[in-house]
Amino acid sequence: MDAFLDVLAAVFLIIGCLLSLVAGIGLMTFPDLLTRLHAATKPQVLGFLLIFIALAIHLRSWAVVPVLALAWGMQLLTAPVSAHMIGRSGYRTKHVSHKSIYSDELAEAIRAVEAEQRHDQGPPPQQQ
Amino acid sequence: METPNSKDQRIDDALDPVGVRHRATLREEWPLLVLLVLVWGALWRDFSPGNLLFGALIAVLITTLFPLPPVVLPGRLNLWYCFKLFLWFLREVAAASVHVSYLALFKGRATRSSLIAVPLRTESDLIVMTVGHVLTLIPGSFVVDVDRRSSTLYLHYADTEDEQAVERARSQIRDIERRLIMAIGSKNEYEAIKAECGPKFSARKAQ
Repeated sequence: MDAFLDVLAAVFLIIGCLLSLVAGIGLMTFPDLLTRLHAATKPQVLGFLLIFIALAIHLRSWAVVPVLALAWGMQLLTAPVSAHMIGRSGYRTKHVSHKSIYSDELAEAIRAVEAEQRHDQGPPPQQQ
Repeated sequence: METPNSKDQRIDDALDPVGVRHRATLREEWPLLVLLVLVWGALWRDFSPGNLLFGALIAVLITTLFPLPPVVLPGRLNLWYCFKLFLWFLREVAAASVHVSYLALFKGRATRSSLIAVPLRTESDLIVMTVGHVLTLIPGSFVVDVDRRSSTLYLHYADTEDEQAVERARSQIRDIERRLIMAIGSKNEYEAIKAECGPKFSARKAQ
C-alpha cells in the first residue's frame, strides 16, 4: 500500500510539473500577448491541483488538506484576475497583434460605442 | 439603463450619490464570514470550537474595521448542482489543459484566436463575475473586457479559426452560465433557465 501511494504521488508530481513545463514552452511558441497569457496563467489550475494531491499523499496527513485546499482556492481566485488585468491593459494599449486574431468582436463593439458618442456630441460632419 | 428589478442583483458601489458608505448587514454577509472562519481554521490547521470561535470574533472585527462594498448573494444555493459543477469543472480543465498543451507544443505560432462577445442572460454581478472566473480558469479562454450594463463578456478564445468554432465557443460559455445559475443563481433566473432548457436541464437547446 505504501509503495502504491508513493508511486501515485510521484506520478501526480511529474504530471503537474510537466504541465508547468508545457506552459513555459507555450510562452515561447505562442504568437502574441493574449495567446501567451493562456500559457502563462493556466497550468496553476490543474498542475497545482496535481502537485497538491501528491503532497497530501506524500505527507499522509489529513491536517494539511485544508491548507492545500486553501492555497489552491487562492490560486483559483487570483489567477483569473491577473490574466484579466494584463489582457485588458494589453488590449487597450494596442499590444495585440491582429495577425493572429481571426475575428475581433470587441473592436466592433468599441467602434459602435465611439460612433454613438460622436452622434451624441453633435451632428456628424456634413458630407458633400 | 437598468430595469428596476435588476437593481437588487447589482453590487452597489461603495458610496451612494450622497456619499454615505453602504454597510452589509450580518444577515447579508454571514456566508462570507463563515468562509473567513474556515480560512482561519485551515491556516491554524485546527478546527476545534475554541479556535473557530476566536476566528469568528476576528472575522467580525476585521469586516467592521475594514468594510468592503457589500456582496449581493443571490440567496439560493443548490449543493448538488455545485458538486456537479465542480466535477464538470475538473473534467473540463483536464481536457482543456491537454488541448492547450497540444497547441503550445505543435501549433505554436500558427495558433489563431478570436475575441468573442458573449451576451449573458443573467443580471447579477456575482454570476457575471463567476462565469468570467470559471471560463478564465478553464484553459483556452480568458476575459478581456466586460460590459456591465448588458452583462456582456468579451473574451479571448484560443484556437478559433472559423465561424463555427466561434459559435461553439459562445454556446460553451452560455453553458457555463447555465450551470452556474443552476448552482447559485437567484430564484428568478433559475426558473428562467428551467423554462429555457426544460425541467431536467438535460437538453442543451441551441440559442
